[in-house]
Amino acid sequence: MLFTSWDFALFIAVLVPVYYLVPKRLQQPVLLLANVVFYAFAGLFAFVLLFATGLSVYLFAIGIGKTWTTQESVLLEHKGEWDKAKRKTFRESMEKKRRILTAVCLILHFGILAAMKYGSGLIGITNTLFGTGFSGAGLVLTMGASFYTFSAMGYVIDVQRGKYPAEKNPLRVLLYTSFFPILVQGPISRFDRLGETLFKTHSFQWDHLEAGLIRVLWGYAKKLLVADRLLVAVKQLIRYPETYNGAFVLVGMLLYAATLYADFTGGIDITIGIGKMLGITIDENFNRPYFSKNIAEYWRRWHMTLGAWFKEYVYYPVSVSKLLRRLTKAARRFGDGFARRIPVYIATMAVWAVTGMWHGNSWNFLVWGLMNGAILLISEELSPLYKKFHARFPGLSRNWFYRAFTVIRTVLLMSSLRMFDCYATVPETFRSFGSMFTTWNLPLLWRGGIASLGLSAADYAVAGAGIITMFVVSLIQRKGALTPRLLGKKLGIRLLIYGTLLAVILVFGYYGFGFDAGQFIYNRF
Amino acid sequence: MKKQSLKTILCCLAALLVFCAGFCLVQRLVMPKYQERTPEGSLTAEYYREKLNHDVLLIGDCEVFSNVSPVTLYNEYGIASYIRGSAQQLVWHSYYLLEDALRTEKPKVVIYNVLALKYGEPQSEAYNRMTIDGMRWGKAKAGAIKASILPEEDVVSYVFPLFRFHSRWSELTEEDWKYFFREGTVSHNGYLMRTDIRPATKTPTPAPLLDPHLPASSMEWLERMYELCEKNDVRLILLKSPSIEPYWYEEWDKDVRAFADAHGILYWNTLQVNDEIGIDYSTDTCDMGQHLNVYGAEKLSLWLGKKLQETNEIPDRRTDETYVSVWAEKTERYEREKASSDAERES
Repeated sequence: MLFTSWDFALFIAVLVPVYYLVPKRLQQPVLLLANVVFYAFAGLFAFVLLFATGLSVYLFAIGIGKTWTTQESVLLEHKGEWDKAKRKTFRESMEKKRRILTAVCLILHFGILAAMKYGSGLIGITNTLFGTGFSGAGLVLTMGASFYTFSAMGYVIDVQRGKYPAEKNPLRVLLYTSFFPILVQGPISRFDRLGETLFKTHSFQWDHLEAGLIRVLWGYAKKLLVADRLLVAVKQLIRYPETYNGAFVLVGMLLYAATLYADFTGGIDITIGIGKMLGITIDENFNRPYFSKNIAEYWRRWHMTLGAWFKEYVYYPVSVSKLLRRLTKAARRFGDGFARRIPVYIATMAVWAVTGMWHGNSWNFLVWGLMNGAILLISEELSPLYKKFHARFPGLSRNWFYRAFTVIRTVLLMSSLRMFDCYATVPETFRSFGSMFTTWNLPLLWRGGIASLGLSAADYAVAGAGIITMFVVSLIQRKGALTPRLLGKKLGIRLLIYGTLLAVILVFGYYGFGFDAGQFIYNRF
Repeated sequence: MKKQSLKTILCCLAALLVFCAGFCLVQRLVMPKYQERTPEGSLTAEYYREKLNHDVLLIGDCEVFSNVSPVTLYNEYGIASYIRGSAQQLVWHSYYLLEDALRTEKPKVVIYNVLALKYGEPQSEAYNRMTIDGMRWGKAKAGAIKASILPEEDVVSYVFPLFRFHSRWSELTEEDWKYFFREGTVSHNGYLMRTDIRPATKTPTPAPLLDPHLPASSMEWLERMYELCEKNDVRLILLKSPSIEPYWYEEWDKDVRAFADAHGILYWNTLQVNDEIGIDYSTDTCDMGQHLNVYGAEKLSLWLGKKLQETNEIPDRRTDETYVSVWAEKTERYEREKASSDAERES
């Protein structure tokens, strides 16, 4: 079921009143039923896989959790009886069990995800290399698989680490893994954080409904006024890279930056808004990322939940792994500085390689990930130089123009890297990027070039107004979230704002017959 | 507290009312008016402005709204008729338009033009909209939507056409403002007059038929139309209106003839009596034989009126007080428009 479909609007219009009207003990079953209905639209295989994942995760977590309870009870039972060494041996044996169970669970679920993501590509390579005729037609990434698999694996690892006990109620685990608003494009939610409100009962509160509704409306505005409209031009630009080179590549880069921002943040706004309407708090995934002054800051503010997941479950474990500790030790003979860098470099590049692969099964994404990692490490290496520079010019970081320069620089840098997301191959991406410096065709833009991208002047005007509005809203958000301030306004003003926003979406939105409004870009990752 | 809650509710209701009013106005503005450009889109809605009942209803696609003149039928034979036809009106459209008409009037005869039977499936969103958007809400419209909708369409946009036509905000023309509140009358009892002459210069060679029969689904809808007429005690007559193109295959003709024979109803294929009607494709067509102009339409109407009189007991409304003044007005507008178009063409 698409967020942008009438079916979905009807689904929410029915769900919200039913959710609050049923006895509170039935709220969670109602939500679970809603997840079933929502995901039933994704097809039988996807449906079975989602709920099988939930069930499997429940069983693994219970198994892992059992080792914790056994460990605690046995240690308690033999308190004062066993010496330290015996206790340690026992703890290690339990830890080994947990690790084995976790590893099996991770291999199973990431294996399924990998088969769906990379299976057809690997089969294609195998067929080319060995002349075989295997078919990978059935290996298609099902809706939300990346997101729910990552969330679910986070839960299993947390139980293995003893952060919290395994959930005994299977319905709760199923509810968490299949929670419909976050299935489309995240955020990747942590079991303990989401569970705080997801597993509670909720009384109807007008403030929650209103705050949720306005957030949903704002999400649709971003998606339908800006993202889906500009995507037409972006698609045209990348479909014909030989024609649209030089200045067009720069235009494409910037349009895609706006498109992706509007699409992804719009989708997350809808997700968080729906959660809010149901009294459930879903983690924020963005913190005005286009105001970042460097790439490291940008990645702390863009798709925050994915970044946090990788940091927690990949970066830290890799950087403190036995192998890396040994490598670090061995590298000491080349100097402490060099040795210190070993775990950071390897863990960073590992995280970014995996992040790239998470995004897609083409080389583009791997190169994109590795380049992100490399730039981050280069920035880190150059930081003493920056410090020296700022020490020499102490007022510069407070200078408005310098700050604007750093923001624009970061946006351009990130937009350049994102070209790997657009073009079909790595060489094509480099060729197009290079053409910005080798092909002079700027005048072609206003001599019909911009008009040939499938959008009318009116479309550019609407998208432009949308981008300006998003920028202004982001500026206002510097002083804190907008919704609470909006809710503090008089009812008449609020109604005027909501009515105007809804009317603008309905009239100027890029939807309906003949338009290609559809799934969110991040849904394919 | 109670007073505050009441105030909040009233404020919300007022805002809702204002929003709905604004919604309706914007919807009205962006919906195509079909007045000066593609006037055939207005035909469905115009029917509801009729105050008098009709003894004959003609149903079908462009071959009825272009080829038959109700004014001629009235002036020559006293037959009060109306054409419920629109562009590419498919057989299920025709069925539901007939069902819709039978809610408010009971004609003696319904003439269905059979050309559209060649389509067994929905064809085009634009034509769906032209036929259905003008229908009054009711069971018939809901049925028409259900039967016609293409996979890429959605029902919601038929309920709220703003969702379909909102993108016209950037293409609004003078026509949209001119007919914002009130639309004019483009037809003469469903007849869309064309006075221009574009002679047919050659007879097209028909493409070989992949399937010699008319689609089964079309014939099922025809069967339903027959049953509807039977139920309402209305006589159904099938008609194939004159045209050179699109080609009317002999195989299709046999199917229709077989249906007519099986149900004991009349089937008039005018292609077989062209000389009797007197259609001259060098002067009587406005688009090289696809549709008749007013001169051809009047010839066909003269023939049709005679046949109707011969085969049915249809009252002569020329002496009926209720009809005289209304039809005099219709005739006056018809003649005026015809003369003005003639003059325009000659100049």
